[in-house]
Amino acid sequence: MAVTTYSGAEQYNFDIVKKFAVMSLVWAVIGMFVGVYIASELAWPFLNFDSPYFSFGRFRPVHTTSVIFGFGGSALFATSYYVVQRTCQTRLISDGMASFTFWGWMAIIVLADISYVLGYTQAREYAEMEWPIDILIEVVWVTYLILFVGTIMRRKQPHIYVANWFYLAFILATALLHTFNNLAMPIDLFSMKSYSLFAGTQDAMTQWWYGHNAVGFFLTAAFLGMMYYFVPKQAGRPIYSYRLSIVHFWALSFMYMWVGAHHLHWTALPDWTSGLAAAFSILLLMPSWGGMINGIMTLSGAWDKLRTDPVMRFMIVALSFYGMSTFEGPMMSLKEVNALSHYTDWTVGHVHSGALGWVAMISFGSLYHMMPKLWDTKIYSNRLVEAHFWLATIGIVLYIVAMWISGITQGLMWRSFDEFGNLQYSFVESVVAMMPFYAMRAIGGMFFLTGTVLMTYNMFMTIRQGKRESAALDAKMAAKMAHA
Amino acid sequence: MEWLMWFSRPENTKPLALIIFFVTFIGIVIYVYGSKKRSVKLESYRDIPFFDDQPGDQDGTKDKQ
Repeated sequence: MAVTTYSGAEQYNFDIVKKFAVMSLVWAVIGMFVGVYIASELAWPFLNFDSPYFSFGRFRPVHTTSVIFGFGGSALFATSYYVVQRTCQTRLISDGMASFTFWGWMAIIVLADISYVLGYTQAREYAEMEWPIDILIEVVWVTYLILFVGTIMRRKQPHIYVANWFYLAFILATALLHTFNNLAMPIDLFSMKSYSLFAGTQDAMTQWWYGHNAVGFFLTAAFLGMMYYFVPKQAGRPIYSYRLSIVHFWALSFMYMWVGAHHLHWTALPDWTSGLAAAFSILLLMPSWGGMINGIMTLSGAWDKLRTDPVMRFMIVALSFYGMSTFEGPMMSLKEVNALSHYTDWTVGHVHSGALGWVAMISFGSLYHMMPKLWDTKIYSNRLVEAHFWLATIGIVLYIVAMWISGITQGLMWRSFDEFGNLQYSFVESVVAMMPFYAMRAIGGMFFLTGTVLMTYNMFMTIRQGKRESAALDAKMAAKMAHA
Repeated sequence: MEWLMWFSRPENTKPLALIIFFVTFIGIVIYVYGSKKRSVKLESYRDIPFFDDQPGDQDGTKDKQ
């Protein structure tokens, strides 16, 4: 194995990592604010202001796009560029291409958000962008793929570290998913409107093949890449088992592709298809938990870090939520459980235990580790990190408990019959029953958002501190040189 | 080309796919855990993230040089 000495900025392109890291926090605040707003609209409907521009239907994709692709995507760009350079011990192959991915990606999120508010959507979950934006995504993503693979190809380290496998699987799978899910025919070259190439059940199948693999590869595999680099770095000890990480990678990559159809139980989709998807969902529990154990056991022998290091706490809690939501998911994919949970808030709670508990918490932990290093300083305030951790954790718990109660109540109310075989409750009665839980969910979101705002302030001050230290050092050096 | 028709029947391709994927998975597991020498080599890759550390990177005590 090759071991090279670190020479920081000259050796690596950290400028692009800094840009994406900062923007991931900006999108986190915007996306989570919109999330809290739409959650509040459900609890306090006057917030719709009887305007289509403020309606839940238009703001919801603004929230999902801003948090998944804005916050999560930028965090992935930042960390993948950081990890691939440091583990391959080489610079990105092209600064121009890296810059193009940054400006392209930012343009995509801004254009998508504006188009949703104006009412343009192809009504495909997590892929609402209309065709011109889809084409831009394709171009940016292929550039990202070439940049990442090219950097790996000119590595100085003979072995490709496992985190890069996960990042590469994410980039490849996302390219595949995005391309096929968005095959559509525009009604006119100068119109935003298009129609999907698929129809009916096939369209639903394609949509959920994309939808669940977006969860599997964008929101899981990629963040596992993050975990396999940043958990060992923060713990100061190597990953528990490299061999387990290899089995984890292959089993996870293979199995995820099959599970999308479990979103379509009890529909026109053939029973065997969603049944097969459910079987793979159950099998998926094994690699998921293998990965979780690998991450958590990395701390074996250094458990005291959980008490002393708030950044480590973010990472371990993230892994715990990863374990919890990858247990809950297979359980919900069982047809009998799904009959109760589907179309209810339980699904919303499940998604957020993964998105907030796993994705956001591992991103926060990784950014807290990486950003001070990028600006060559220390975290401005560890007490703010501590406060952020508790606000985020309390927020998640409030959110998912509210959605569990609300979802199960909804499911039970919808399937209740009276003695004559009629439905016992009207739909609006179930909506009324949800109101306290919608308020509880919105408050949980407010906690989480407050934590994110604290982090953004903390990182802003960290960057400022790093720049000041660097300027003071430069001045000292200049004075020394002048006296010499 | 008649033999190609064999692949068009799900009752043939389903068990075939099962065998291919199962054998591949067992192959990966044997490759990863089957040899002590290879195990040592694979586990040595755990240290890659630490190869380009700056002095003091771990304990956060590095000074700006």
